[in-house]
Amino acid sequence: MNNQIKHSKGDRMLLLTNNILLTIIILVIVGPLLYVFLSSFLEPNAIIRKGLSLNASDWSLEGYKRLFTDDTIVRGFFNSLLYSTGFTIVTVVVCLFAGYALSVEGLVGKKAFMIFFLFTMFFGGGLIPTYFVIRDLGMLNTIWAIILPGAVNVWFIILARTYFKAVPNELKEAARIDGASDLKIFFRIILPLSKPIIFVLALYAFIGQWNAYFDAMIYLDDRQLHPLQLVLRSILIQNEVQPGMVADVEARNELMRISEMIRYSSIVIASLPLLIMYPFFQKYFEKGVMVGSLK
Amino acid sequence: MEEIVKREHAIPVSKPATTTKLSKNLTYIKKNYILYLLIAPAVILTIIFKYIPIYGATIAFKDFSPIRGIAGSEWVGLKHFTSFLTSPNFMEILMNTIKLSSFELLIGFPIPIILALMLNQLRKSSVKKNVQLALYAPHFISVVVVSGMVFLFLSPVGPVNALLSTFLDKPISFMSDPDYFRSIYIWSGVWQGAGWASIVYVAALANVDPQLHEAATLDGASLLQRIWHIDLPTLKPVMAVLFILAAGGIMGIGFEKAYLMQTSMNSPSSEIIATYVYKRGLLAGDYSFATAVGLFNAVVNVILLGVVNQVVKKLNEGEGLV
Repeated sequence: MNNQIKHSKGDRMLLLTNNILLTIIILVIVGPLLYVFLSSFLEPNAIIRKGLSLNASDWSLEGYKRLFTDDTIVRGFFNSLLYSTGFTIVTVVVCLFAGYALSVEGLVGKKAFMIFFLFTMFFGGGLIPTYFVIRDLGMLNTIWAIILPGAVNVWFIILARTYFKAVPNELKEAARIDGASDLKIFFRIILPLSKPIIFVLALYAFIGQWNAYFDAMIYLDDRQLHPLQLVLRSILIQNEVQPGMVADVEARNELMRISEMIRYSSIVIASLPLLIMYPFFQKYFEKGVMVGSLK
Repeated sequence: MEEIVKREHAIPVSKPATTTKLSKNLTYIKKNYILYLLIAPAVILTIIFKYIPIYGATIAFKDFSPIRGIAGSEWVGLKHFTSFLTSPNFMEILMNTIKLSSFELLIGFPIPIILALMLNQLRKSSVKKNVQLALYAPHFISVVVVSGMVFLFLSPVGPVNALLSTFLDKPISFMSDPDYFRSIYIWSGVWQGAGWASIVYVAALANVDPQLHEAATLDGASLLQRIWHIDLPTLKPVMAVLFILAAGGIMGIGFEKAYLMQTSMNSPSSEIIATYVYKRGLLAGDYSFATAVGLFNAVVNVILLGVVNQVVKKLNEGEGLV
């Protein structure tokens, strides 16, 4: 008896430490996000310099106003919307189709197909030969360079296949006895049952494309075509505030102050939509990770 | 597959067997051609964007001339490989790649596991859910934004230096000092990804039978002992698979963030193979050389994956990835 109480006391200390540590971790995670959000409405470094003694005159919407005086960010936003939507549709359709075919029992050549796809996960020709292919197909500076090269996602195919395999065989057999073709079975029976997996794949695809910049940087020279992330890259990383945003500013100090504010507000504009939306989709994301962890 | 091979061996004259097999397959394909149509888009896209570039990678063994094209360019054997391997910055770039990714693995791999074990101690599911929600948030921010935040926070006039100014005479130029690059890269990655990476482990822990814990508690096991003897062994298979994948990817370390965080000043530690290939190839137009460097990287990567898989298999009682 005595022994047990002693143990639980130690355990309680451990649990308390655990809770304290987790609280610190959450502060470390959320702190920077909150700091960026607040700073986007403030003069540069106001939080650090003044702490809680901020007063009304420190708040300002100048960063946001300047950000929208130039249409670059809005155009980037709509480009991203177009690329992400297009990419999502293509990749989900291609991977669902392939995943279904590979989930069918006794498909001749199944193993060869799997090796064919899996091989590309571990070995590839590399950046330059891929660039050549896309250039030679005339896809530079077109939406296709963003949508097609990454459309076959082996991971998605495996996720879809795993999901389809779990659909009870009796359902397919019954339909087959009724004379339904494979195509009919797929569209009439399997797909309606597959909304969760379609949703998961679509979310992954959309967010992945929304947050990507690399393909656009390589394949799209034309600034008119740049997605949001490339616009952000020029503002945040390359320190190129769009000229239209600061056309009236002369003094160097003033320019620095304003570009600092523009940076904070551009982060908020770009990140807030997803951060607000993801809690509603959380369970789907988790589901995706879970299905994927099944071997 | 094996069965078929065995059967063929059993029949001395295998010709009729193969023809029947072939014709059987053909009738199957004819009857189920729809399935092959469904898989066709994926196959065609993979051939175009994955397999043709592998053929294109032969320019690593040629002196690529844009006029003559891939097939017409002259073979030069291993010239570009030797020139990379003997170039003065080869060791630096190779070591930068290996250091950056192995430190990332060393720090980034255990943290999600520890995080999951910690989350698992939260008894109230509503609390747990909200904590997880907060931990996942950075995963949904783009790598451009995370890098941008790093630049903003660590700039000489940024908040971190403003805080440090009480202790230091002059601001630290974090982003232009090669000594800081790796830490910044790795810890910003932990900040962004550790919470999300813990999901798999949290889910695995949810499958632990609570009776195991109850029984162990009755036997006088402390919390720490239970974590060590019940929770951790549960996670072992997941850990093995994820470790092989992560370790196999050591040479394939992501280009995206390294390139964003690279400045001309920190390149002595931030120049990795991927960024080097991009600059030499697409920016400088040194196509054959850059392709050779990329190919070198890809081959090392495949070898590494095989080795790590074998090692983990040995350590993990025969359970590996493949």
